[in-house]
Amino acid sequence: MIKTDALIIGAGPTGLFTAHQLKLIGLSCDIVDNLDKIGGQCIELYPDKPIYDIPAVPECTGEELTNNLINQLKPFDIKFHLSERVEEVKKNNGQWKVKTNKGTEFDTPNIIIAGGVGSFEPRKFIPKECEKYENTSIFYSVKDKSIFKGKTVSIFGGGDSALDWAVELSKDSKVNLIHRRDEFRGAQSTYNKVLELQKNGIIDLYTKYQLKAVTGNKQLENIDIIHDNKETKNLKTDFVLGFFGLIMKLGPIANWGLNLDKKTIKVDTEKFETNQKGIYAVGDICTYPGKLKLILSGFHEGALAARACFKLAKPNEKYRFEFTTTSTNLLKRLGKKE
Amino acid sequence: MAKITYVEHNGKSHTIDVKNGLTVMEGAVQNDIPGIDADCGGSMACATCHVYVKEDWFNKISSKTEGEDDMLDQAYDPKPSSRLSCQITVSDDLDGLIINLPEKQV
Repeated sequence: MIKTDALIIGAGPTGLFTAHQLKLIGLSCDIVDNLDKIGGQCIELYPDKPIYDIPAVPECTGEELTNNLINQLKPFDIKFHLSERVEEVKKNNGQWKVKTNKGTEFDTPNIIIAGGVGSFEPRKFIPKECEKYENTSIFYSVKDKSIFKGKTVSIFGGGDSALDWAVELSKDSKVNLIHRRDEFRGAQSTYNKVLELQKNGIIDLYTKYQLKAVTGNKQLENIDIIHDNKETKNLKTDFVLGFFGLIMKLGPIANWGLNLDKKTIKVDTEKFETNQKGIYAVGDICTYPGKLKLILSGFHEGALAARACFKLAKPNEKYRFEFTTTSTNLLKRLGKKE
Repeated sequence: MAKITYVEHNGKSHTIDVKNGLTVMEGAVQNDIPGIDADCGGSMACATCHVYVKEDWFNKISSKTEGEDDMLDQAYDPKPSSRLSCQITVSDDLDGLIINLPEKQV
């Protein structure tokens, strides 16, 4: 059980700056994120896209913004729990008991949800029967490639993951690569390699095809793929891999008794607190009259939510507003003064 | 201004006036048409404003923008008639446009 003054859900820009604000005012915090890396949407959706509306930063990419925010956290000791999703939130003796899908437990008076548009999950195949084979014959990521040795693997997708795994697995497996159109969005050099492997009869390439049906008993045996012109083909296959990118789902947050408005959480604009005392929502996931889904708004919301956390984390102390330019306390925390 | 008809997957249709300069996505979101999520807010960073445009209109509207098909690879049930509605800007020429919505976005 980890005791912390505040638990932040989401390691995007808003979550990161909220952590900065918490640490600056002397509170401890932990951050949980479902992704395996820090940065949220900025890193997952647009690492290379320039952003032009961060105050005092005329232009930066999602990746640069994330790296700068991580640098800004350097003076502080913050524990990140990546590749973990918060599943359960329960009230217990005025504290919140939080549990992740990996079993990590937190005991905290404050939860700050900085969850963007929810947690990222792989886009899955449409045919219902695919669920039956998920994690036995059908996968959306590769954890142990040795299981594919000497087998037939059908890979769906047009990005780097699909191309990279097609090339990699073709060394020891028979590979079918299937994509909904002729163009691939993955790296040109990898695509060229795939074409070469196709020419040498090592990879079978099917473009303008998508998955229509899967059949088998305990294990998957066959798949039907359908062309844009409705012609179908039946392929014998042992495994299917789907790489269609990630989608965002509100996920378990929907079950925590919060006031929701579509996929967002209603908050007040003083503390950015939800209808549950000690649970706050900041950044894209929160809503209130006049809400703007801008990164700068998330920074403001996080700064105010952090101050609200102080009261519940240190009920016997009084929070005093201070500036980083002049406060010895703050400068000490920032490592700028002994 | 253009009259645009959004047809939900279950067949229910909504016809609304959308101002020139807005996108087909914004027209739907501002009028609470169900079936378009637009998670990323129109920055072409997700595929949750995915729609189908039938052939007669598909060839009349502006063609796909660079990178749009890359995002559509990640949509739910993409087809040759798929578009991202955040990339279709409304003008008088689109008066009468019919948009079909997929079964779901995520």
